[in-house]
Amino acid sequence: MIGNETGDFREGASGRPRRRWVSPAIPPVVVLVIALVVLEAGVRAFHVPRFLVPPPSDVFRTLVREGGELWAAAGQTALTSALGFAASAVFGIGAAVLLSSARWVQRAFYPYAVFFQTVPIVAIAPLLVIWIGYGWRTVAVSAFIVSAFPVVANTLTGLLSTDPALRDLFRLYGASRGATLLKLRLPFALPQIMTGLRVAAGLAVIGAIVGEFIAGGGLGGVIDVARTQQRVDKVFAGILLASALGLTLFLVVNLISRAALRNWHASEQ
Amino acid sequence: MAGGVTTGVVPTTDAGGTRVAVRDVRRVYDNGLVALDGVSLDVAPGEFVAILGPSGSGKSTLLRLIAGLDLPQAGSVSLLPLPAGEGRGEGNVEPLPLNYRSPQISSRRDREHELAYVFQDAHLLPWRNVLDNVALPLELRGVSRAARRDAAAAALELVRVPPHLYPAQLSGGMRMRASLARALVTRPKLLLLDEPFAALDEITRQRLDEYLRELWAGGGFTVLFVTHSISEAVFLADRAVVLSRRPARVILDRRIGLPGRRTQDLCTTAEFAREQQALLEALKGEEP
Repeated sequence: MIGNETGDFREGASGRPRRRWVSPAIPPVVVLVIALVVLEAGVRAFHVPRFLVPPPSDVFRTLVREGGELWAAAGQTALTSALGFAASAVFGIGAAVLLSSARWVQRAFYPYAVFFQTVPIVAIAPLLVIWIGYGWRTVAVSAFIVSAFPVVANTLTGLLSTDPALRDLFRLYGASRGATLLKLRLPFALPQIMTGLRVAAGLAVIGAIVGEFIAGGGLGGVIDVARTQQRVDKVFAGILLASALGLTLFLVVNLISRAALRNWHASEQ
Repeated sequence: MAGGVTTGVVPTTDAGGTRVAVRDVRRVYDNGLVALDGVSLDVAPGEFVAILGPSGSGKSTLLRLIAGLDLPQAGSVSLLPLPAGEGRGEGNVEPLPLNYRSPQISSRRDREHELAYVFQDAHLLPWRNVLDNVALPLELRGVSRAARRDAAAAALELVRVPPHLYPAQLSGGMRMRASLARALVTRPKLLLLDEPFAALDEITRQRLDEYLRELWAGGGFTVLFVTHSISEAVFLADRAVVLSRRPARVILDRRIGLPGRRTQDLCTTAEFAREQQALLEALKGEEP
């Protein structure tokens, strides 16, 4: 019988320091503060016209003064971005599962997925308005179109890279295709799926903003109107909120990824 | 697939475990390399056979053919399990609480359930803890959650691996033991091992060798063990089969003349050295 080796295992996830959530946030915040101070000082020192580059303090003032309109627009963009992103996640993972089911399916359809990705959304958005009309539906579809491909591509890569020995193991134990998909291939592909979703989170906001430029509403609509009024401070305020939105969606995906992978994948340990 | 491949049932003896009959098997890879050419091998139920050979000689290919993970272009591979408890079934290993016995292989699916395969690496699912990894084969066979967890816990108790840990938290030796528990949890009648301890340090490897031998001594199953290590083959097996360089043929089939009960002390005896020498001579003849 094997000797007593129960202490013979590596330290697990529980041994990490508690402050790891705090310390990584400090450097980027410091960089942001320094950049804002330099920008504020530079714009004032060199008398840069405010209609070209407003000082950060103007942008913050606008955010406060016109907060009602801006936050409502941000909420609208958040909703359509989230809808587009959710559709991308569902469609992207489902499409990748189908594409990975047989080599011929992949050969027949994957080139079109790539082609679809290369068509600029700015060119498609007017068509969407013609087909779907103005409003949130067009914006959500625009967010979906822009963000779907990274999910498809990354999930497909993950599904096709399942450890051959584990595939053999499942075959030996007589696993059905469904069981192999659910218990092996999808979990194995999870790190790549999460990578795809992270990329898609940012792209969904971009897609929504582009859609709103054409279909109206949301932060895209606000930015477009402010641009025509030469309200560069409001344009910047809109951009700031749009970036914050993308960052929030990215962080949500990161949290989900962390919860799903922290026990076993190096990327989250 | 080329003609000449047959499957079937071969005569049985009264020992526990699966009988393996490999007849004139030929396997050519897609790139034209002939891995095996006319390899024949008979393994009696309950036998412990080590397969040795130079690197790339097709040892793993032979094991994959026996497992049904690959198909030969010619020849046949036949397996027939025997009910447990026959022959040398009783021993010092606690029975696992799993009530699964197939009296005879009647389909490919049944056959799959009768054998277990241990790879060179542990190949545990990293997202499952050890208990759920060991329970996996039973889960895939539709065994209830409670029954499979009981069986997995009992198997882990035998190999002494904490059930709640994840594979990334285990040492290499513990991972291999968990992998062995996963293979044994279905109470296989044929255990195929492809250099399972090759990546481990010598002490861990010796412990696992002793442990495997002990399990086999009480388990009533047949073992085919691929290894590069002559001393490991002599220590573990009752019989050693040496394959030639590619295309592989059987160049030596030798019964190991050592007592049934083995400990590491045996490795310093003259008998052990003599057996090692015999296998070494056969392998030396295959050096390029």
